[in-house]
Amino acid sequence: MNSIVEKFYSMEYGPAPEATAEVDAWLAAHDRSFGLYINGAWTKPANTAATINPATGEKIADVSSATAADMNAAVAAARAALPGWQALTGHQRARYLYALARQVLKHSRRLAVLESMDNGKPIRESRDIDIPLVARHFYSHAGWAQLLETEFPGYTACGVVGQIIPWNFPLLMFAWKVAPALAAGNTVVIKPANYTPLTALAFAELAQEVGLPAGVLNVVTCDRRVGTVLVEHPDVDKIAFTGSTDAGRVIRKASANSPKKLSLELGGKSPFIVFDDADLDSAVEGLVDAIWFNQGQVCCAGSRLLVHERVAEQLFAKIRTRLENLRVGSPLDKAVDMGAIVDPHQLKRITDYVAKGIAEGATCWQPSYSLPAKGLFYPPTLLTNVQTSSTVVQEEIFGPVLVAMTFRTPAEAVELANNTVYGLASTVYSENINVALDVASQIKAGVCWVNCANMFDASCGFGGYRESGYGREGGREGMYEYLVPNWLHHGKRKKIVIHAPAGAAADAEAPAPSPMAIDRTIKQYIGGKQARPDSGYSYPVYALDGKLAGEAPLGNRKDIRNAVEAARAASKWATQSAHNRAQVLYYIAENMIQRRDELAAKLAVLVGEDQAGIEVDYSIERIFAYAGWADKFEGVVHNPPGRNVTLAMNEPVGAIGILAPEESPLLGLLSLVLPAIAMGNTVVAVPSERYATVMADLYSILDTSDLPGGVVNIVAGRAAEIGKTLAEHDDVDAVWCFRDEAASTMVKLASIGNMKQTWTNDGYATDWYDPQQAEGRYFLRHATQVKNIWVPYGE
Amino acid sequence: MTVKQQEQDPTLTHSVQVELNGRPLAPNRRMPLNLEWVEEIRANTSAVERRAATIGTRRTVKKEWQAAWLLRAIACMDLTTLSGDDTADRVRRLCAKARQPLQESMVKALGIEELNLHTGAVCVYHTFVETAVRALEGSGIPVAAVSAGFPAGLSPLAERVAEIHRSVEAGASEIDIVITRAHVFNGDWQALYDEVAAFKDACGPLHMKAILGTGDLLTLRNIARASVVAMQAGADFIKTSTGKEAVNATIPVSLVMVRAIREYAERTGCAVGFKPAGGIKTAKDALNWLFVMKDELGRSWLEPSLFRFGVSSMLGDIERQLEHFINGRYSAAYRHPIA
Repeated sequence: MNSIVEKFYSMEYGPAPEATAEVDAWLAAHDRSFGLYINGAWTKPANTAATINPATGEKIADVSSATAADMNAAVAAARAALPGWQALTGHQRARYLYALARQVLKHSRRLAVLESMDNGKPIRESRDIDIPLVARHFYSHAGWAQLLETEFPGYTACGVVGQIIPWNFPLLMFAWKVAPALAAGNTVVIKPANYTPLTALAFAELAQEVGLPAGVLNVVTCDRRVGTVLVEHPDVDKIAFTGSTDAGRVIRKASANSPKKLSLELGGKSPFIVFDDADLDSAVEGLVDAIWFNQGQVCCAGSRLLVHERVAEQLFAKIRTRLENLRVGSPLDKAVDMGAIVDPHQLKRITDYVAKGIAEGATCWQPSYSLPAKGLFYPPTLLTNVQTSSTVVQEEIFGPVLVAMTFRTPAEAVELANNTVYGLASTVYSENINVALDVASQIKAGVCWVNCANMFDASCGFGGYRESGYGREGGREGMYEYLVPNWLHHGKRKKIVIHAPAGAAADAEAPAPSPMAIDRTIKQYIGGKQARPDSGYSYPVYALDGKLAGEAPLGNRKDIRNAVEAARAASKWATQSAHNRAQVLYYIAENMIQRRDELAAKLAVLVGEDQAGIEVDYSIERIFAYAGWADKFEGVVHNPPGRNVTLAMNEPVGAIGILAPEESPLLGLLSLVLPAIAMGNTVVAVPSERYATVMADLYSILDTSDLPGGVVNIVAGRAAEIGKTLAEHDDVDAVWCFRDEAASTMVKLASIGNMKQTWTNDGYATDWYDPQQAEGRYFLRHATQVKNIWVPYGE
Repeated sequence: MTVKQQEQDPTLTHSVQVELNGRPLAPNRRMPLNLEWVEEIRANTSAVERRAATIGTRRTVKKEWQAAWLLRAIACMDLTTLSGDDTADRVRRLCAKARQPLQESMVKALGIEELNLHTGAVCVYHTFVETAVRALEGSGIPVAAVSAGFPAGLSPLAERVAEIHRSVEAGASEIDIVITRAHVFNGDWQALYDEVAAFKDACGPLHMKAILGTGDLLTLRNIARASVVAMQAGADFIKTSTGKEAVNATIPVSLVMVRAIREYAERTGCAVGFKPAGGIKTAKDALNWLFVMKDELGRSWLEPSLFRFGVSSMLGDIERQLEHFINGRYSAAYRHPIA
């Protein structure tokens, strides 16, 4: 039969290969061998390793693996380039970012083909999704660069930024890191992933072509060991990382003893919720975009299907039918839906997980077609009959594997959705906007896609809750990750030194205490009630003159445990209206005004009359300030491309542990507690160790101000001890530490259990009497996390 | 049911079992109106549009495959003229083109003589049915007549039914009827069902295509509901538009109708055909629709018995693409006989 006649009857898709000639020529021009891009120049290739095309097993090129000395040279180059780069105007930096965006577009196909060769993702995705988003990111951030001075007054770049990116979206993650860093005026040292270094190197070449000043962008391919040199480098001001949660832990630990700013975008096991009133066919396509996109190697992949029991079998049948029609094959075939898995290790990981799932009782369904004989391929897979306790439900597989469970009610859907240590993304399919938005608001995740999946845009922040990391990429919030308030820049700031209290133990000739001082039992304040310390001990608090001023309860682990439970139980505070929260804050202020003189007199014993009066007055004003802020620190509505709104909601972080400063015991404590509760968080605060008795006067005011029990809990004790318990607690969402440097380091190290957010002063003093640095948006941003809810519309 | 659409047609005898995901299907027959089903239908517009936008980017065919797929598009084509200035000679010219859509030299160059390729049908107004039937005599090419008050469908019901009878008598093999869009806007599914059923009764054994007027219905949910009611009432095909609406066939609209056909086949075991019509002009359009049919419904819906394009100018573009495939040079429209 004539070949065309045969095809006329069979109606199969034939091969549709993307040409690689231009990329091959580009590789040949580099002798298929790459050095490091440091200080605007290429090092001679050395210590090279092959990067492999996962679809063919063939070597694409040799890439240098940097030494520690190379890394140090890159950081030095970035440091040296910083003054020049910062001396440019925002407009001048914008011109460079704009030029980079243009350059990406001009060479878009080369970058797309190179990406698919190196990573194994289908050319459709690199061509239609990754590379256009890269260009969009640079365009958008050219805008931020231009507007930096007017839109971020009082802020300045972090300095030298170290960035480490993963292999799943090599150039897109590169853009997400580099564009905001450069736009904010930082200089960059970036480490691409070992599996996929080539597009980053190609980009470095584009940067060279547009004349980006030497040292502003340094691309250093290296192994994890040399990557650690970057993380630990004392001359790096900020680390931004995207990758696994375990690697995130290592980085958090490695940078704990420095004031480096840190943002982490980590793993996920994102729920994909389908209600019985959903357009099921569209939900299936949503799943294709969610988990069978980039072979499922997506941190925010909707990998955990939760479907309304009533339509579960119907949906599973539709999924199976759809998977039979997905085409798995050469990433460079233009009619392929799924390409190759990036590396044999990753393929083994996926295979092992699925085997484990089956061993634990899962039903595994895979399409009937066979995979290409050569190369690293894995079929799209559906696992049903899995339970919340199944390994494949709890752990991130990072492959094209969907696990599916059912639910009965919206409440159960939310409960199952949040039954994970992760919180990166989520999807809700329902034709009922009431249901969709209600569920979206309750899911603990940084992104929620309504009736869509895996939508990204430079204008919308992206990032996680819980062990999915912290910090956001994209949008205004993404820019703040690369900026610090001007006053925060070290050098001019004073380091805090906490002295042991000059009390009786230290001074044998201490004056006798006044009986008044101990004629008062101060307890812990937990769940709106005064509670005796579990330890049964109290410790002395001394007055300015060295006399015993009173005794404070000596908190222990169990007091912290109880306080965190109380704080968690009070989480309804978050759903109260902002107006109500403001009313409560005003009431606190009102009561403090009534008792102003009494409070000042008691505080004067501890800190002296001069400070006490001012401190109480500032405290009253600060309460007013946050009562005012309560309903004014609002989200925004983004308009990304497409018929769509993205609601960027400022949500409370959750339960926040606060280690209050030693100095200014009332104002310092309130300056941290107030923004937290104004935004709907609940708090466990450890007051100034030295002046802890001030807590009694504070909680007696809170008690009479309609503040629901458990919203503010105060546990006095040895900050180093109970602060550690608090920082380690897996049901605490963030810890703020404003004590000395050692405490900051302790908190960061202790936080890695659940990867809670940390906010520390790194031992530098804050001027609590300067509203510029001690009050306002900077504090409110720490008290909130942005959730972006994507709502496409149209009938 | 076996695809052997025209008994007298010797050319498309390559028969395939009509099936959906391995399940054999029967021709459609009338079902009782199921309102619960109609009310349950969901179609999320933005999600459908996103899927539609990737149809042409997820799939492509090249070289010989592309040539074969374009030939398939010709075989599934209702070559159409529905203009106020139609005349008998104009219709005869169209029929000649339907008999021989490609020049002999191209047929030889492609080596596809054995296909004896012709279009799926010729589609005309009732007035020209007899002309077309005579012009197509012996070719096996069916004549489709637009009927039932085409394009607005607002003449009295009795007259619309009578019009169908007249076209049947005149020798039409297929009848393309239009529905009363108001029934859809009013949610009067019973009235819509009764109307389509009456038309189908008038058609007798002839294939009936129900034109929904999607450019008028506009919302995808309405289109999905109207699709299901028309199928329940016994339509053999559902068709997007008249070609006279401001917006005619689009991929999102087609996706929704094709999914309704799939659901109908799954629930009833009956196969209903699909005909996008209006605004489809290029070879690239043709391929995109074939991708939709193959990926959403499967191979059976790439046969003229279950899939037709309602087109007038697309053939010209396909001829140019095929000539380019043959000799590697971009072609010009004037090099091919116009329809």
